[in-house]
Amino acid sequence: MTRKNSLVVIVILALFAFALWVILPIDSERFGREGIQLGLDLQGGVHMVYKADLSEVEAGKETEAINGAIAVIERRVDVFGVTEPVIQRQGKDRILVELPGVSEAEKAKRLIGQTALLEFRERVTDENGETKWVPATGVINGQEKVLNSNYFTEDTYVDRDRMGRIILYFEWTEEGKKLCEQITPRILNQPLGIFLGDEPIRGEDDEPITPIVKDALERCSVIEGLSFNDASELSKLLNAGRIPIPLTPIYEQTVSPILGADFIDMSLKAGVIGIIIVMLFMIIYYRLSGVLASLALVFYGTLVLALFKLIPVTLTLAGLGGFVLSIGMAVDANVLIFERMKEEFRTGRTLGATIEAGFNRAWTAIRDSNVTTFIVCVILYWLGSSIVASAPVMGFALTLFIGVAVSMFTAIVVTRTLLRLFVGTRLARRASLFSPYIGKK
Amino acid sequence: MMFNIVGKRFWFFVISGAVILISIISLVTFGLKAGIEFSSGSMMTVNFEQKVEQGELKQELASLGYTNAIIQRTGEGDFLIRTHELTSQDKAQLEDALTKRFGHLTEPEFHSVSPMVAEETAQNAAIAVAVAAIGILLYVTWAFRRMPNPFRYGTCAIVALVHDALIALGIFSILGGILNWQVNLMFITGILAVIGYSINNTIVVFDRIRENLIKGISPSFEVVVNNSLVETLSRSLNTSLTTLFVVLALLLFVGASIQNFAVVLLVGIVAGTFSSICIAPALLVVWEKGEWGRFIGWLPLPRAKARG
Repeated sequence: MTRKNSLVVIVILALFAFALWVILPIDSERFGREGIQLGLDLQGGVHMVYKADLSEVEAGKETEAINGAIAVIERRVDVFGVTEPVIQRQGKDRILVELPGVSEAEKAKRLIGQTALLEFRERVTDENGETKWVPATGVINGQEKVLNSNYFTEDTYVDRDRMGRIILYFEWTEEGKKLCEQITPRILNQPLGIFLGDEPIRGEDDEPITPIVKDALERCSVIEGLSFNDASELSKLLNAGRIPIPLTPIYEQTVSPILGADFIDMSLKAGVIGIIIVMLFMIIYYRLSGVLASLALVFYGTLVLALFKLIPVTLTLAGLGGFVLSIGMAVDANVLIFERMKEEFRTGRTLGATIEAGFNRAWTAIRDSNVTTFIVCVILYWLGSSIVASAPVMGFALTLFIGVAVSMFTAIVVTRTLLRLFVGTRLARRASLFSPYIGKK
Repeated sequence: MMFNIVGKRFWFFVISGAVILISIISLVTFGLKAGIEFSSGSMMTVNFEQKVEQGELKQELASLGYTNAIIQRTGEGDFLIRTHELTSQDKAQLEDALTKRFGHLTEPEFHSVSPMVAEETAQNAAIAVAVAAIGILLYVTWAFRRMPNPFRYGTCAIVALVHDALIALGIFSILGGILNWQVNLMFITGILAVIGYSINNTIVVFDRIRENLIKGISPSFEVVVNNSLVETLSRSLNTSLTTLFVVLALLLFVGASIQNFAVVLLVGIVAGTFSSICIAPALLVVWEKGEWGRFIGWLPLPRAKARG
């Protein structure tokens, strides 16, 4: 019995050491996992869900269109330099974009949502004498086509000319050249409008860029007057290609990285203070048993964090909430056991007999009372997986589930093993050390 | 000296009845305000560098056309602003206008949900709550199958559960009425956690009643129930206390973003502890003795006074 127990002690210590090694230092790489994965709400970033309009897409080609859009978004996000972005199809016609750690949320969103189609327009005066911009069109193969950046080859670049001005260089495709030939004579010596979506592109002076057409358009493949940043962003967008289908944002969550860091600090504080109060309470109320339960709690916390890292569980604020909550619930099994032990002591049993009886009798109550928590966790996990705003609910369900499962193990195995160490020692005769208030019945 | 908890059962019914009545009245008058996750819209956290009065902010928003904006103050210059769904342009304009009026601001959080997503979320949350209710019902039936009257025990456990959920909802609707708190996904999560917790506590007490009935410690059902209660009393209180400690820590240190969840848990745990000690076992006794008539007679209702 004691030899077997010593063996269990060694296994537990080894497991504890292993768990410590896994989580410390916190950003260490273990089994290919680096640090603990943090959800967007904790590390900050942008979480967007777009709905694709597939009404114009031929039947059967939906997947192709969505994948095309995803590929373009991936290239654009690449331009932005986001580490570990997530871009994936969700359901039939949705695209999820997660950009962790991005602080310039607006810029990132602009980059993704851009139609990235430059359209060239000419100025006409209608019958009421009002001037307006209309798309410059030509005819190819008998069809009227608008001159736009679809007719650029995908290798635009930005450079400075000899005077130091910023120039965006592009090249027309063959079809583009044909359109230019038709359009140029019509608008010679008139301004040419360049539109991105419905907005004219603007220069450093914030005025629309409307070059006067002096020469055949096909030779004049430059745009002047943009600021360097705008020019390079535009160039990258053009090179990344155009998203083949219209996308509308249907869900968005943006958290600044600073706030995310605050959340981590705050929940860490809540967790540590929570754990200390629970330990103090257990020690004051259950004395030596409480000390052992506290040790089990430390073991519990370490093991859970190690599991979070290895599985890996993406921690969200709600997930941290679930973890902190499970600390409070974790001692429930210990409380059940210690209360049982108190009753066993009253019948005059020895420490050894009390431990075994206490644990065996408390087991059904521990099992039964945790089943409902498991049921709720499973249902919450399903709820989380079925909705767009999935992270908080799933995070909570997962951490609470792991927490409660591990707590059953630590409360039963670890605490019992530690208690057994005292069997046969001189301390064992002092029942009040292990189970106070036994005389009060 | 033994506590006689079961003996005070009528008093407990009156206390619970009163709190539930308040909860129902509040639910009917204030209702529950659905957050953007369930009813769509945009929610932004705005931190102004200088102190801003809630009234001023409300006025400014109204003058910008956001007459229905809901504002919740979370600090000196910190607010949660809820509006209809904002486009990128709407948002940029709103930020500009607020900066002009109140000075530099930061916006650490922005959350926007379209009606389509909100509808889905609400629907799935409703399904989840329904499935949870069925799952727990099945579990209770299974857990109590060896009890002498499984149906009776199951019903009492569920009455306790509804009691806890109603009180949590009621208190939350009061907070919603006063502080503009809204029902979000974390709230639903909290309610489901409370339901699980409530059943846990009741099961531990009922389990002991079953054990003591088998042991035959007393011919009186009332005495058996009371003894079981007293025996499990310190477990019930201690477990609730440790859980309350960590929930309080969450509420105090993590704050606004998780407060819905923490408050629901806080209220739910207190109500759950009370119901598992004072209500569910007492109901068993009342049922066993068939003394509903006695309870009604005990109440100082006008009818009784007229007779006297």
